[in-house]
Amino acid sequence: MTDNALLSGSVSSLRQQLRDRAVSSEELTRACLERIEAYNGALNAVITMCSEQALDSAREADKAIAKGDIASLTGIPLLHKDIFCTNGVRTTCGSRMLEQFVPAYDATVVTKMRGEGAVMLGKCNMDEFAMGSSNETSFFGAVRNPWDLNCVPGGSSGGSAAALAAGMAPLVTGTDTGGSIRQPASLCGVTGLKPTYGRVSRLGIIAFASSLDQAGPMARTAEDCAIALTAMSGVDAGDSTSADIPVPDFHAGLHHDVQGLRIGLPREYFNEDLDPDVRERVMAALSELELAGATLVDIELPHSHYAIATYYVIAPAEASANLARYDGVRFGYRCEEPVDLEDLYLRSRSEGFGEEVQRRILVGTYALSAGFYDAYFNKAQQVRRVITEDFTRAFESVDVIAGPSAPGVAFQFGAKQQDPVAMYMEDIYTLAVNLAGLPGLSTPAGLINGMPVGLQLIGKPFDEQTILNAAHRLQSDTDWHMARPQLETVAP
Amino acid sequence: MSVSPQDVEKVALLARLAISESDLPEVTERFGRVLGLVDELNTIDTETVVPMSNPHDMHQRLRPDTVTGQNDRENLMASAPAQEQGYFLVPKVID
Repeated sequence: MTDNALLSGSVSSLRQQLRDRAVSSEELTRACLERIEAYNGALNAVITMCSEQALDSAREADKAIAKGDIASLTGIPLLHKDIFCTNGVRTTCGSRMLEQFVPAYDATVVTKMRGEGAVMLGKCNMDEFAMGSSNETSFFGAVRNPWDLNCVPGGSSGGSAAALAAGMAPLVTGTDTGGSIRQPASLCGVTGLKPTYGRVSRLGIIAFASSLDQAGPMARTAEDCAIALTAMSGVDAGDSTSADIPVPDFHAGLHHDVQGLRIGLPREYFNEDLDPDVRERVMAALSELELAGATLVDIELPHSHYAIATYYVIAPAEASANLARYDGVRFGYRCEEPVDLEDLYLRSRSEGFGEEVQRRILVGTYALSAGFYDAYFNKAQQVRRVITEDFTRAFESVDVIAGPSAPGVAFQFGAKQQDPVAMYMEDIYTLAVNLAGLPGLSTPAGLINGMPVGLQLIGKPFDEQTILNAAHRLQSDTDWHMARPQLETVAP
Repeated sequence: MSVSPQDVEKVALLARLAISESDLPEVTERFGRVLGLVDELNTIDTETVVPMSNPHDMHQRLRPDTVTGQNDRENLMASAPAQEQGYFLVPKVID
């Protein structure tokens, strides 16, 4: 088997090849490591590699397969976003603050995926503390989009999306607080799933905004996302916000039937602000589902407009509280020769955090400060309920809500860096889903001038199955998800 | 609502962030732009709406207060930037 066939294979096909002994996990792992070594210089998608550890795990997996001891991800290489704590392996969160941080424990997601036999290759670059939509805020430098090295990969899980699109691993993890899985999935032409809030444990995920953060998989197909989601999910005694409800086997539950599926198209997502090319691609994808038996229904989410303002109070407020722990004392960056304790706090934080992180801490501190709490934080939490109730009402008449994943294709570096508000608009179609705690998925819907576009499918709470099924059907009838960047040409 | 450089300095102090004199005008301008964005919240009536802090209105689960992990002090303190005899080191606080 050629390396290229290995490097473009889906998790489900590689799993079969491993079981058939057509390929070994060691061969597969070596092919991925070589691919990372060959192209990471151009893409900067991976911050830390774990080559020796990965090869050891791969050999263990091969032994297990030989014995017939096979779990759902046995021998499958994967990359974790560098926001997941990994015992003994540096975890930076894309920040100078955690440049040298080596956790003493694993995130539950890491433990679970290892328990299913996955082989960790390394850790992916990301926007600093997951705050960004372009990966330009990483202390370790921006990630480049494998479809066009002059363009951003999206963010904050941009390193994960770029690595996956570049064939460095068949499976990657991300986190999504306001669109950080779905928007980079859209910009890099891969499938990405943000599960329902509470579906996946947040233990060991470096906290950004605790009522919004959720981890999920990115892969080449919806089927692979179903396999990975089953492996990641479940209640965790270490995360009191993880949901204590049964986890179905999403892969076993996958089917092609969308007959009678009612898909709602929010008027507010398809208004005159939507880029005509994006609209055309998204509608073409939805027409495929219509052809397969689904019904498209016009719906309203009347308060969609307020999602950005609501998010940019709640997320920074929660972040300012979460990031108060970085004080230069217990772990993380510490400034040189502090004159007193106050100086230690001030300089460690100002030197350790980048510009966007500091801006969000400032906004959050302001929103929570005496005299402004009611006007900003309390108000935003009220509007959050109004936005969530829009979805609840809409889901009385539809099974799935659809729209674009991002307002456009990948943009050039620097294009939105001067204006924070312009950058925030990248997540205009994804933020509300986090506020309402719903599952959302981005699946490729074709190209505009050679750059990928994503269709977003939003589900009812804890109904990831229905959006996975719809994406699976779409991917069975079309080949948009098969499009790959020509990396050999883009980065020779 | 417009903010002054003094407002930003005050918030920065609360957040324990140091902003240099030279950066202050730009930080104030960009901070103001974000506040301009969120001021939009004031155009919606939420008089009777209960604030939402968890998307499923979930309540905190309690668990029995039992020891589950082991004391891993050495390993956990290995990440501290400065330590001595199992304590975190900080600059002198009291003269």
